[in-house]
Amino acid sequence: MLKIENLHASIDDKSILKGINLEIKAGEVHAIMGPNGSGKSTLASVVAGKEEYEVTKGTILFNDEDIEDLAAEERAHKGIFLSFQYPVEIPGVSVTNFMKTAINETRKAKGLDEMPAKDMLKLIREKSELLEIDRKFLSRSLNEGFSGGEKKRNEIFQMAMLEPKLAILDETDSGLDIDALRIVANGVNKLKSKDNAVLVITHYQRLLDYIVPDFVHVLYDGRIVKSGGKELAHELEEKGYDWIKEEVNA
Amino acid sequence: MDLKEKLLSSFLVFENQLEDDAYMNDVRNDAIKAFEEKGFPSKKEEAWKYTSLNSILKEDYSIFPKQENAIEFSDVKKYFIHDIDSFKIVFIDGKYSSHLSQTTHDGMDICLMSAAMSKPKYRLHIENYFNKVATKDSLPSLNTAFSSEGAYIHIPKNKMVAKPIQILHFSTGNESAVMLQPRNLIVVDENSHVQIIERHQSLTDNAVLTNSVTEIFANKRAIVDYYKIQNDNLNASLIDNTFINQKRESVASVHTFSFGGKLVRNNLNFYQNGERIDSTLKGITIIGEKQHVDHNTLVHHIEPNCESHQDYKGIFGENSTGVFNGKIIVNKEAQKTNAFQANNNILVSDKATINTKPQLEIFADDVKCSHGCTIGQLDESAMFYMRSRGIPEKEAKALLMYAFSNNVMSSVKIPEIKQRITKIIANKLGVNMGFDL
Repeated sequence: MLKIENLHASIDDKSILKGINLEIKAGEVHAIMGPNGSGKSTLASVVAGKEEYEVTKGTILFNDEDIEDLAAEERAHKGIFLSFQYPVEIPGVSVTNFMKTAINETRKAKGLDEMPAKDMLKLIREKSELLEIDRKFLSRSLNEGFSGGEKKRNEIFQMAMLEPKLAILDETDSGLDIDALRIVANGVNKLKSKDNAVLVITHYQRLLDYIVPDFVHVLYDGRIVKSGGKELAHELEEKGYDWIKEEVNA
Repeated sequence: MDLKEKLLSSFLVFENQLEDDAYMNDVRNDAIKAFEEKGFPSKKEEAWKYTSLNSILKEDYSIFPKQENAIEFSDVKKYFIHDIDSFKIVFIDGKYSSHLSQTTHDGMDICLMSAAMSKPKYRLHIENYFNKVATKDSLPSLNTAFSSEGAYIHIPKNKMVAKPIQILHFSTGNESAVMLQPRNLIVVDENSHVQIIERHQSLTDNAVLTNSVTEIFANKRAIVDYYKIQNDNLNASLIDNTFINQKRESVASVHTFSFGGKLVRNNLNFYQNGERIDSTLKGITIIGEKQHVDHNTLVHHIEPNCESHQDYKGIFGENSTGVFNGKIIVNKEAQKTNAFQANNNILVSDKATINTKPQLEIFADDVKCSHGCTIGQLDESAMFYMRSRGIPEKEAKALLMYAFSNNVMSSVKIPEIKQRITKIIANKLGVNMGFDL
């Protein structure tokens, strides 16, 4: 589904990603772990199409199509979703209106008519129940005054509404207490199928107890320096990242 | 002949046709003298530093439209808030159109200025209120000298006017260029409540210059909500002079929605003559091309324990220019005043300009006054966030602009106006949002 080959990316002439290779197939869950500043969030942003980053080398193929020249919204229309580490507050736009706009714009891009209001309401009800979101919450301004946990839950609610093919969860566990973590993970697991894939980006292993990865990769200094199964996450949790750094620098 | 000379000589003709009594005759003569002395304002004057009238004064305006023109309701329906029941006072090229209007004398007067000026039963009212709160500046004076038609509204005490009142001025373009000077007088007595919607609309591309004066008196505990929809075409210019005199415990609000017109200048003055008065001035300006919109506000706090709230949002594209000049005066006696002023602007083009200038003159020592103005661009991180959800750039921008102006909309009390403004904004931004805010 996603095939990244020798990806180099920089921002303001500062090189961040220095040759990433990663292949994610439908039905798989991958985790990318790594110390702060290793390029995890940059990788997520580059795949989602953030324009501030410049891809200097390499390719990103999504379902065999080179997506380098696609705008962020076009990537979203093709089924790429990024759950933000820091969701942006948009005062004056309610969660519901935001979702209506996002869904109908995606449908428009696919040549479909707008979703009838009745269906939209049903979908919103269904997905908000999945994430245990109070209905009142949906009429509030998007992310404005939300707690850390509410913001993250709202991100996964949006994911549930948009049903992406590839969901990238960037530090979704940060700022979550254990109950919220369980709700969020439960939501992600329920949405998982053999046709979609999940890329979890995290610093800690604890989310991976709930969203169990098929593959774990360690990102360090802009490169994937180690890959393995879910046991690699446990090893990192126990031993920290220093041994990885030593291995790489040796 | 320049416009000033043309106006002065037209006044002589106009005056001879009038059947004024001595009172009105004096008012007019003083006014034309004031205009003659001061002339049209120039950029040398502080209050006009950022707005030049030169380009619009060049036209050869006809001062008195020659023919009476009729229009069909179906042709202009879209300019009314037509999905609600309302009183309507409609003018075509400055002349009253009875077939488009719906006025009343049933327990209140929602009628014509010309009637109020000529009928003896209104004489006292005219003497008590006409030209009593309007300033003697040159443009209001010019209007006073020529005033003959407009809306006259008198709501006696303890009356909730159930339907909003719409005041519409159409120009047909049957003259190549026309100057209009409507004059409105609105008196709302004790405990009464009225909602008014005002709009000026040109129906062709011919030049129009409107120099309008509205005097509003909100007496004790009266509530006045006034909405100005400014979405005229690009050859129409408007100088709107609105003066509000508030008595104690009255609540008055003016919302100004400025989307259209070549040059729009809003002079909006509030005078708080009593305690515990509440004044609200809000505006949304979204313009492009070479449009120019200038909000010049004054809130004069004269007595203690009063509040004022000003919130103006502006979005400026292409070569447009905006001006916000907000003056707050707090007299020495006006202790415990709460005065707030905010002016936030977004420039969406490198060639657009905004000049914003708060002016606070505070002579009391126990007051809360705050003001803030910002000029910025659209938030890039918010743009990426929305686009990553599949909302295209143009729609994302529009959504952010809606969001930006939304808190001005939140105090609009008539849902149909909210819907209409939302629709105009969507149109203006070239998007279909699929929902109402």
